[in-house]
Amino acid sequence: MRKDYVLEKRKFVIGGFITLIVVIYLFRLFNLQVGDDKYKEHADSNAFLKRVIYPARGLVYDRNDKLLVFNQPAYDVMLIPKDVAEFDTASLCRVLNLSRQELDEKWAAMKNPRKNPGYSAYTPQKLLSHLSAEDYGRLSEKLYLFPGFFIQKRTVRQYNYTVASNILGNIREVSGHDLEKDRYYRSGDYTGDLGVEKSYERVLRGEKGMEILMKDASGRIKGKYENGIHDVAPTSGRNLKLSIDVDLQQYGEQLMQGKIGAIVAIEPATGEILALVTSPNYDPSLLVGKERGKNYSELVKNPYKPLYDRALQGMYPPGSTFKPTQGLIFLQEGIVTPGTAYPCYRGYVNGLRVGCHGHGSPIALKPALATSCNAYFCWGLKNMIDKRGTNASAQLTKWKDYMVEMGYGYRLGIDLPHESRGFIPNADFYSKSFRGANWRANSIISISIGQGEVLATPLQIANLCATIANRGYFYTPHIVKEISDTVIDSSFRKRHKPDIRRQHYELVAEGMRMAVLGGTCRGANIPGIEVCGKTGTAQNPHGRDHSAFMGFAPYKNPKIAVAVYVENAGFGAAFGVPIGSLMIEKYLHGSISAGRKAVETRMLNSNTIYSSGVKKH
Amino acid sequence: MSVFRSLDWVTIILYVLLVSAGAVSIYAASYDFDNASIFDLTEFSGKQFLWIGLSLVIGCIILLLDYRLYEAYAYPIYGVVILLLIVTIFVAPDIKGSHSWLVFGPVSLQPAEFGKFATALALAKLFDSYSFSLNAKISNYFRALIIIFLPIVMILMQRETGSALVYLSLVFVLYREGMSGLVLCAVVCAVAYFVVAVKYSTPLILGLPAGEFSVFVLICVIFCLMLLFYCRDIFIARNVILGFIGTGILVSVLEICGVHVNGLAYFLSAIGLGLAYVLVAMMRHRIKKFLITAGFVATSVLFLFSVNYVFGNVLEPHQQMRIKVTLGIEDDLRGAGYNVNQSKIAIGSGGVSGKGFLNGTQTKLKYVPEQHTDFIFCTIGEEQGFIGSSIVLALFLALILRIIHLAERQRTPFGRVYIYCVVSYLIFHLAINIGMVIGLCPVIGIPLPFFSYGGSALWGFTILLFIMLRIDASRKERRD
Repeated sequence: MRKDYVLEKRKFVIGGFITLIVVIYLFRLFNLQVGDDKYKEHADSNAFLKRVIYPARGLVYDRNDKLLVFNQPAYDVMLIPKDVAEFDTASLCRVLNLSRQELDEKWAAMKNPRKNPGYSAYTPQKLLSHLSAEDYGRLSEKLYLFPGFFIQKRTVRQYNYTVASNILGNIREVSGHDLEKDRYYRSGDYTGDLGVEKSYERVLRGEKGMEILMKDASGRIKGKYENGIHDVAPTSGRNLKLSIDVDLQQYGEQLMQGKIGAIVAIEPATGEILALVTSPNYDPSLLVGKERGKNYSELVKNPYKPLYDRALQGMYPPGSTFKPTQGLIFLQEGIVTPGTAYPCYRGYVNGLRVGCHGHGSPIALKPALATSCNAYFCWGLKNMIDKRGTNASAQLTKWKDYMVEMGYGYRLGIDLPHESRGFIPNADFYSKSFRGANWRANSIISISIGQGEVLATPLQIANLCATIANRGYFYTPHIVKEISDTVIDSSFRKRHKPDIRRQHYELVAEGMRMAVLGGTCRGANIPGIEVCGKTGTAQNPHGRDHSAFMGFAPYKNPKIAVAVYVENAGFGAAFGVPIGSLMIEKYLHGSISAGRKAVETRMLNSNTIYSSGVKKH
Repeated sequence: MSVFRSLDWVTIILYVLLVSAGAVSIYAASYDFDNASIFDLTEFSGKQFLWIGLSLVIGCIILLLDYRLYEAYAYPIYGVVILLLIVTIFVAPDIKGSHSWLVFGPVSLQPAEFGKFATALALAKLFDSYSFSLNAKISNYFRALIIIFLPIVMILMQRETGSALVYLSLVFVLYREGMSGLVLCAVVCAVAYFVVAVKYSTPLILGLPAGEFSVFVLICVIFCLMLLFYCRDIFIARNVILGFIGTGILVSVLEICGVHVNGLAYFLSAIGLGLAYVLVAMMRHRIKKFLITAGFVATSVLFLFSVNYVFGNVLEPHQQMRIKVTLGIEDDLRGAGYNVNQSKIAIGSGGVSGKGFLNGTQTKLKYVPEQHTDFIFCTIGEEQGFIGSSIVLALFLALILRIIHLAERQRTPFGRVYIYCVVSYLIFHLAINIGMVIGLCPVIGIPLPFFSYGGSALWGFTILLFIMLRIDASRKERRD
């Protein structure tokens, strides 16, 4: 046969053509498989349903291991919008016990980017929360009718006591802000709000787990991916043991019924808070479950502001409870000696007049504390600020430094959110408020008796009391005693010592003991307990004087330091002393002696709110 | 018997490798998590193993038969198959709109797959006629085209467009047997014009859509190249090239100076002047090649004008959509683009080395439709990764190049033409199927040889290949 060599060369064209195509395809494959990760992500979002397994939130106990907060199961109806196929709306409404309109509202809320900033058609979204057990049962039977829907099990909080809501806090759904701040959260998660739920959120929440399920093209679950070897088990949250004694807390809240104010009780040797009462308060279980939103807005609207923790956030004029700090500063600065006596002609009279009440004159520090003499402390501050050879600014700065060392003017650093710092003025403050004019001791004399510009929180007052009880040092007050499997922050185990000698504290403690034995705090003289105390009657621009008290017991080796602050309740001796002494007695003896039952009854039943009107803070 | 000694074992080894890889892929593609046995005949993989076994039997029978049988009965076989195709149009049940399956109880056959070897035999027989030469008479083209288009028409009537288009690949055979290369060039140019013109409708350049502008530039370039390398007239080519460059610069300068030029008018007049010049030159030299060049260029311009009309008015909406999706003009992930998108996801997620045998989530979880038939390559891409898919492509390329080699060593036109038919079919199936799966071609439903599930396709290719091997093995027995 004749061979046509020209035509035979055409095999190269044909061979070259298919070779070229294969090379192009190899480039394309390389591009798809090696060059671009987006297909891998697409494939994962196709095939995997990553289902979060929520850990159990940590439990909360009191110092005597009484369970305060625990979990109960709750069910949320979730769906992945992309996978939701046509379904019978009417039967979903029937199963969930909803009207068509309610369902449409929930649906719109889920898709509304402002209400639900984490909305995406590809990730699980929450349609309904807190399904009742019956609804849960009905829905799980019928779930196959609603492709794309699933039920997410979560836990909500339950409380054994109706007290301490300000300490415990509650949990709420995360906001858009939380989602931005912490990548741990996904839309629909819960986070702590207020109290230890907020401040110990990271400890309590644990670590979410994840199971990877495979779903086929029609959305059916085909079991675990690679038998679950990529699944992550959730880690339960850690339990908290609070330092509070729930019985004392409950007793304190009962005593504060019908009153506005706060009680703070601290164990001086450790800084552990035994009770932290704010009044009015609310039942913590109001902020759980379906009714949370409604109840929360009612609490916000309540004129007595039950969500406001007066023990930490309330900034009050400390009144006479401030006087021990002044005595300590004067002693340390050498302005006075234990024997120094100042005259009191029913008050401080030196170009201006600060009133006082009847007692002997002249008077030294201890009896001045016992009788709460205003004149003594005014003279002391005057002698300190106007000391010869110094200037007022420098002396006030020195004064302020002592106050800060004693825990005033700044946040103490308690392990609860929203603590206030109180207010201790400095020299700059006065230079500004007197517009540069020369100010002297008399211009600021009322701060020596805890009035004027100074403001303190009940926690700071209790902390002062604990410092005196310890004769010169304190531990930062804290509410969490132990965290399971770990330790509390080291800052709570560090002793803070103001630069004031122990013997001065001893003298002040004696003065406070005298106040109970024969001074303003006679009401705190409990048989069998050596109580030391100091009253306070704080003038304020809102109405009647605030009634305050701080005290500790026993005199030697103190076990409890307590501060009581009752708004607009008159003399310190009227409410502060009885409530404080009842707290001390309850804590140390476990019960109230027969002789004091009348005081107890009077305190439990009295109401100071009606007589005072609504206050602003 | 001497047949087995003179068999081309390279082809057989490549065939066995591809069929085995295909069997493994079918097993992987149809594997379910609650999986059944490999040899369960109700399962895809079980059935496919049965088809593979039977195709080996068929292969052996073909090898044992006398090679002269295929030559002698080429036309009768062709006739029978055409009859079968006609019968199929009328008796086949409607399966997803197609009437191409003959159902015998549990077994279904697709006669279109057997049309391939029959057509190849008939075409080979035609070219083997005494002193047959394609270019000798124009009627020889008609005879060849009739053999090719008869099955195309029958299969189109069965509504199996994909299978029908396969026969168009026989243009490679015609090319090898002497048809002008310009026809291939024209096909390539037409595809290029079409893609560029349809894909780039913005921005406007000189008042023309970017696509049309580019096609005009392309036509000018091809015009010059043909004058240079086809007509080999450097003088005329130089004048035309200088003319285009000169006027092009002039137009650019005017445009920069703010005088707007009508691009359409410019290109039409420039190309028109070029053509007129070439025709005048032709009058002087009377060279046929100038005429062809001029015709080619003029046809190109007319083709460009007709593209938009054809695309918008002749093609059906679902075909338009497939083309738009392929060209990346539109994403239609729920409709026409769904298959290809899922198939790209499956392949793309395979990475370099793949997810491992039976670990492909996309294919196992049925994200890719038709994954065991037309989209079988996804399973390889996902589970074996770039390495595995490259190896499969390389095996196919090796097979095709080997078969071209076999074709060229034949001593008769019968053997050569038959084997080039096999080459053409393989090229078409490979290029279209893989191109479709990786999103480079529109979706045309044809199987990947040796891989896609189905007895008919496997047997069709096995018969094609083993007749080829039998013919090749007998090349030394001939005396000529």
